[in-house]
Amino acid sequence: METLHFTRPARAAEIQPALVGYVGSGDLEVMIEPLQGSQTEIHIQTSSPGSEIRWRQVIEQIEARISLPAMRMDIHDFAATPGVIRLRIEQAIELASAVEASA
Amino acid sequence: MTELTNTALNRTEQLGFIDLSARKRIESLLDSGSMRELLTPFDRLTSPWLEKQGIVPQFDDGVVIARGKLDDKPVVAAAIEGGFQGGSLGEVGGAKIAGILELAIEENRKGNPTAAVLMLETGGVRLQEANLGLAAIAEIQSAIVELRQYQPVIAVVTGPVGCFGGMSITAGLCSYLIITREGRLGLNGPQVIEQEAGVEEYDSRDRGLIWGLTGGIQRFATGLVDAFVDDDVSALSTCVRDCLAAGVPTLHRSDDIAAPLKRLQQFDTREQIDAQRARFTLTQGKTA
Repeated sequence: METLHFTRPARAAEIQPALVGYVGSGDLEVMIEPLQGSQTEIHIQTSSPGSEIRWRQVIEQIEARISLPAMRMDIHDFAATPGVIRLRIEQAIELASAVEASA
Repeated sequence: MTELTNTALNRTEQLGFIDLSARKRIESLLDSGSMRELLTPFDRLTSPWLEKQGIVPQFDDGVVIARGKLDDKPVVAAAIEGGFQGGSLGEVGGAKIAGILELAIEENRKGNPTAAVLMLETGGVRLQEANLGLAAIAEIQSAIVELRQYQPVIAVVTGPVGCFGGMSITAGLCSYLIITREGRLGLNGPQVIEQEAGVEEYDSRDRGLIWGLTGGIQRFATGLVDAFVDDDVSALSTCVRDCLAAGVPTLHRSDDIAAPLKRLQQFDTREQIDAQRARFTLTQGKTA
């Protein structure tokens, strides 16, 4: 198991807590909680060692598509592929931002 | 042809239970909007033991517990996430189930009738947490034995994991046990038996043999479970409510062991077991 930590610039936004996925084979759980300020903290525990570059790339791909809201994101990864990781993270951000969209 | 179309249409109206997550399973069975989860993932109560062994934890430790209502009556519910570590029970997940059952006992003592529904998808104790998991299962079992005197404790085993190990004993202690065709119930899992007895005697890849002996149909036919239902949320929901309405059984299955014990004692283990012989052994003298 490997523990990774990323801090990224983000926009201040009103979001709600969100949880998607589970820690099963080829899947991951992503938990989001609001964070004051203008950055996003990402804490990852992954069963795949040596995957830091891959995670950085996935996060950059997501940033290229959506502007991250300020949040704390916790990830428990059980050997998910980059495609599944991206899908789950985007799903979690969408769920967390639902309050923003309806406001 | 018309009949076929109707069947196909009905099938699309069914909502499968097996594919639902533990959290969604509870939500789908309880009265709409009544579910209130306790110790949610946001409480971050993870297993303190898995990380030490290099295993990625899950925020709810694979167990969801909640209070809610069934037909407007207060109940507690617990569901195990079979996909996380095979639905194994460790210190935290086990304590969550024991805790919610003890909460129901407290409510009954105070004069507030509160039943329990347990959705069991589990291989039993989590080996990485050995003794702590075993202790938690013992606590769950003693809580069930106390709670079932007041109100029904209803267990649901739908698959895909099934219910094995110490948790199969837990299931056996419940007031009512509901199973689907996919569901399995057994003390040892197929691979454990194969490892112990040899592949000639018990091939864990032989699905016909495995389901023939431990699957829902066989368990229902031999009277080890009370109800057999389709993998359908509404059918399951009706069945759970029927069990609740039936109240506390006059005789619990686990207190009614003389006859089955006698049948097992007469069983000749020298001959290879199969589904038909198992059914005959467990039902002789009971059914025509």
